Amino acid sequence: MSCRASLGVLMKEAREIIGICQDEVRHSIVNSIYQSAESIAAGTVSSKAGKNMDWDRRIDRVLTSPVWGFPIMFGMLTVILWMTITGANIPSAILAQGLFWIEERLTELFIAVGAPAWLHGFLVLGVYRGAAWVVSVMLPPMAIFFPLFTLLEDLGYLPRVAFNLDRFFKGAGAHGKQALTMSMGFGCNAAGVIACRIIDSPRERLIATLTNSFVPCNGRFPTLIALATVFVGSSAASMSSAAAALSVAGLVVFGIAITLLISWLLTKTLLKGIPSSFTLELPPYRKPQIVQVIVRSVLDRIIFVLTRAVIIAAPAGGIVWILANTMIGDTSILAALAGWLDPFARHLGLDGFILLAFILGLPANEIVFPILIMSYVSGGVMMELDSLEALRRLLVDQHGWTWLTALCTMLFVLCHWPCGTTLFTIQREQRSWYWMAVAAVIPTVVGIVVCITVNYLVRALGLI
Amino acid sequence: MGLTYQSVGIPATREMFNVKVTDNRSVIALAGNPNTGKSTLFNALTGLRQHTGNWPGKTVLQSKGSFIYKGREYTVVDLPGTYSLLANSVEEQVARDFICFAKPDTTVVVVDATCLERNLNLVLQVMEITEKVIVCVNLIDEARRKKLNVDIQKLSELLGIPAVATAACTGEGLPQLLDLISQVVCGDLKPKPKLVHYSSELENAISKLEPKIKEVLGAELNSRWVALRLLEGDKTLIESLEKFYSQEMIKATREVLA
Repeated sequence: MSCRASLGVLMKEAREIIGICQDEVRHSIVNSIYQSAESIAAGTVSSKAGKNMDWDRRIDRVLTSPVWGFPIMFGMLTVILWMTITGANIPSAILAQGLFWIEERLTELFIAVGAPAWLHGFLVLGVYRGAAWVVSVMLPPMAIFFPLFTLLEDLGYLPRVAFNLDRFFKGAGAHGKQALTMSMGFGCNAAGVIACRIIDSPRERLIATLTNSFVPCNGRFPTLIALATVFVGSSAASMSSAAAALSVAGLVVFGIAITLLISWLLTKTLLKGIPSSFTLELPPYRKPQIVQVIVRSVLDRIIFVLTRAVIIAAPAGGIVWILANTMIGDTSILAALAGWLDPFARHLGLDGFILLAFILGLPANEIVFPILIMSYVSGGVMMELDSLEALRRLLVDQHGWTWLTALCTMLFVLCHWPCGTTLFTIQREQRSWYWMAVAAVIPTVVGIVVCITVNYLVRALGLI
Repeated sequence: MGLTYQSVGIPATREMFNVKVTDNRSVIALAGNPNTGKSTLFNALTGLRQHTGNWPGKTVLQSKGSFIYKGREYTVVDLPGTYSLLANSVEEQVARDFICFAKPDTTVVVVDATCLERNLNLVLQVMEITEKVIVCVNLIDEARRKKLNVDIQKLSELLGIPAVATAACTGEGLPQLLDLISQVVCGDLKPKPKLVHYSSELENAISKLEPKIKEVLGAELNSRWVALRLLEGDKTLIESLEKFYSQEMIKATREVLA
């Protein structure tokens, strides 16, 4: 007889002894525990606050109200983005100037020692410049956005977001906690995928996993921000950064709408089922350790970005340089690849270089935009790219970007295959290559459909 | 009979939780309701930087860390946040199984000073499983701000276990907590939990069952607690028993009941 059996015998005996149904036993046990807890708490806790008004509840009534909840959420997001955009400009310019000053010195050094041109090209114009782009363009927005987001998390705002969005997710047949995993995705989609473990039901966890990349992660925000600043910002001079912030916030809302739509489609097709209910506790608001959070997350971001710059961006820069400078006939491999992709990319409102940058950027989303700039720059005239105005000239004057190109690029940034790290994480979490592939295919198909639609619609309406 | 972990007094089942079994390393479990600052406390104790945030259920990985205090090495396990140990959810079962079967040398139950009453339910339940419990009244700074006063001395008396007030994010009370942990681990301080009294009907049933449970399980698990689980018909406990106890144990059981 096994342990299970012997205890089973005892359990049967227990049932005989008690005679009443077991639910009542559990009820009675829980009751006794609650009573003890109540009396102990009554004996130890005293409140000095006379008529202490419950601020938490009052604040919650506003933040989660059906009327104000959404405008406040949208407002907070816009404010954070606005702070990121205005705050990132100056450090970005300083970093760019500093890093390109170093590049010039490196070039002089290579000339002085008489190094061959290809070595200088590969190391300085490829490897060094790739890393420099990531650091100067991507780091400042990340180092501002992420700490602000962490402050909101520490304050206790995220569960309120989940509360507000709950009915939408339930309507889509998904789990309300998906709003929390989505919020984690803002920091990093791989982290968002891991956070999906908080969802118990495997079906709903899978839905949350597959749709996580529809929220732009920290590696994609800077690209969106840079494009919004260049294309939206410059058109409305005085309110430029606010307009840019609004457009990025609008894009995030679009991403959430896509998330809900895809979740709903998944529950109707691949992953049928009814949403499971859950109780979400709204934790008390806590004052975040402001200085500590900011210092820590800024440092964390800097270390994170620098590590990625060295591990991923530098080699990618080298590869791009090789591709751009190895000639087949009279065109470079890079130009040939871009040319080959170009007809398809044009349907999406992009061009071959943009699509190629996305493909080469598979290891990490941070490097997509730097790769694009590098491949544009290496193909044509060398130029100093130390300001947004210079970026504008590069994109608009030299490569014929219109606002439609920018819009389609931004939409494709939002909807395309997740980065390598995220895909790897999905494979590990779901232990399935199949679902990893699905996670890559869904956003890609959505991106292609959305871009083609927008591109042709705008052209058909004669808006451009 | 060879030298087993049992014979040197370290539960063999600990290995099943991926906790390294060595003689001089003590295991501390951090239990508590969700969002009471267990992860912050964990970080403060171990110097690690596990993700923290103000939302319940954030700790999805059971994390382990270690620290050295007064020449002794401690492994700290951050259990998922739970409101009870009644095994209603995966988290509750994980936390319960760890306390039952990994037998931590001390379990620190982290409670939120601003809502003590609700948090005490878990403390009372942990006390039923193990005597080696410390209650850590965290977020005491928050309570002060809300003008709440918690009488730690009295709480300790009423529960019969050591209690300490902390604010893990500022480090307040951590020296006292470390001191209590080391005292309980070394046996200098022996908590005497004052257990919950149930209805006379239940208490009668418990006293009838206890001796029989002792025959089957010996001193492996608290027989009063097992009796309660049997009375409420908790089948998950039996499943966990099967999972965590060796063939030897089952064999011994067989002999008793033969």
